[in-house]
Amino acid sequence: MKRLFLVITPLILVLSALTARAELTIEITQGRDNPTSIAVVPFNWLEPGAAPEDVAWVVDSDLARSGQFAPVSRSDMLGRPSTQQEIFYRDWRAIDSEYLLIGRVSAQGTQMRIEYELYDVVRQRQAHRGVETGPINEARMLAHRVSDAVYEKLTGIRGAFATRLLYVSVTRVPGGKDYFRLTLADSDGARPIVLLESREPVLAPGWSPDGSQISYVSFESGRPAIYRQNLSTGAREQLTAFRGLNGAPAWSPDGKNMAMVLSKDGSPDIYLMNLASKKLTRITRHYAIDTEPTWMPDGRSLLFTSDRGGRPQIYRYDLRTGTTERLTFEGSYNARARVAQDGRNVVMVHQQNGQFHIALLDLVTNRLQVLTSTELDESPSIAPNGSMVLYATKHAGRGILAAVSVDGGVKFRLPSREGDVREPAWSPFMNR
Amino acid sequence: MKHLPVAGKAISVLFAATLLAACSGSSKKQEEEAAAAAAAAAAAQAEQQAAAAAAAAEQQRLRDAAAAYGNVFYFDFDSYNLKPEAIEALDAHIAALQGNDATVRLEGHTDERGTREYNMALGERRANAVRDYMVVNGVPSYRIETVSYGEERPIAYGSGESNWSQNRRVELK
Repeated sequence: MKRLFLVITPLILVLSALTARAELTIEITQGRDNPTSIAVVPFNWLEPGAAPEDVAWVVDSDLARSGQFAPVSRSDMLGRPSTQQEIFYRDWRAIDSEYLLIGRVSAQGTQMRIEYELYDVVRQRQAHRGVETGPINEARMLAHRVSDAVYEKLTGIRGAFATRLLYVSVTRVPGGKDYFRLTLADSDGARPIVLLESREPVLAPGWSPDGSQISYVSFESGRPAIYRQNLSTGAREQLTAFRGLNGAPAWSPDGKNMAMVLSKDGSPDIYLMNLASKKLTRITRHYAIDTEPTWMPDGRSLLFTSDRGGRPQIYRYDLRTGTTERLTFEGSYNARARVAQDGRNVVMVHQQNGQFHIALLDLVTNRLQVLTSTELDESPSIAPNGSMVLYATKHAGRGILAAVSVDGGVKFRLPSREGDVREPAWSPFMNR
Repeated sequence: MKHLPVAGKAISVLFAATLLAACSGSSKKQEEEAAAAAAAAAAAQAEQQAAAAAAAAEQQRLRDAAAAYGNVFYFDFDSYNLKPEAIEALDAHIAALQGNDATVRLEGHTDERGTREYNMALGERRANAVRDYMVVNGVPSYRIETVSYGEERPIAYGSGESNWSQNRRVELK
């Protein structure tokens, strides 16, 4: 590579002006046996006119999508309280609602304020209360924060609703060049924004650990190159343009290095690039295919896919000792690992009976569990709270996103209205 | 593929002959010598032109022969070994590349099974397998560019072997 350069790309970075065609909807296909019943009452809009967003509906949908809650239908509600004084617990016991969420929404200038209270219907007492404030045009994100708080209060696990997704969507042009789009959306698929549109392939989107930057591979120059882009400024930097492969960028947990695959020295190997100095360090040195690096959360080792044993399997490279160990032994194809923040659960693509599924390997027990039963499953991405795995699959001949809980108990699909959708990348927790 | 002009030499011979005629003296001997030289030059020119035309025809024949094989070479699942039919087609392309210094681009592709980045590497192996065969058989490596598209650019969009087999390929461009 001769030169690194920084380019601002106003033409291809289309912020909010362009609505993505591949907007996602959600179909829950499998929930838990005994979900917690909760009534999310429409929040009272305290200002004149219509509310800019149905905050309670966003919360209702988030909780339903987790599979751990069964929100009460609005048509079954016997009242619409928005303050403690208006609550009649018998109305909620009558419809077997275990919890009740009420709230009020006000606005001042461009700012919105959501006040909400969670009640335990059985014990007839307040379980939690909170306030979320922010710009009105971020109403949905504020609503997701309410969901996060309720989810954490009732499950003990931090919510991951106020997060975002990157994904690639493709509009087919048979006999011609397809359209590739890199899209950013809320964790529920809402508010999609097209970040990059190209007639050349775009793939491997990923996040910086603080969620402020993204990385991806684009063939827009006629060859693969790794880019990173700042989401708030739109500034984009081309990091590599080596001969051969330039792929699978993966930010280190401290944000200082990027693991990547380059084949400039012959065969595909894993390299680290120091993002400040752009200095490269070669990690693997093998004639086999070494690819798909991903970091353990402590930043001390990398997992990667290699066919050095004949078939693709997952290996771990220890950055301190320089030693490599094989992690997967079950099945003839295990590839593209992603590690949960607990450093214990590893999800990957696993071939079983000729089909590709998503499997979870517990690094403590070494037990491998197949989570999905759909076909051609790939590109698993774990929620930052470790609860759900988003992945790409095929449904009715089209590429769609789907999700499964890490215990396999909850499943839902996010079909798009148009085109093929793939390569989901779930963001880290976002700084407020 | 690009092609070099082969008529350059013939043109320069013609130019030299014309120059010689223009500079000749007035004596009969000189005139005879000039006429003989012009005739020789014309003969040489005709010979050159015939040779160039023959070479061009041979080039065209080799290109047509290569084109008849098509510019796509197919592979088995998860394999980057050249199949016999691919080798036969490649031999024709290599022959067509011998008489010129055209550059080629080899694009490696896979089917949709397996992970995208692993397939990117597999597509590169396929393109490299074709490149290596061409280099061993006399095409200089600097004339060959390889790029892998993995599974990102399918020919057939559907699933099943009838679609997958069309997508596991290297395209010569």
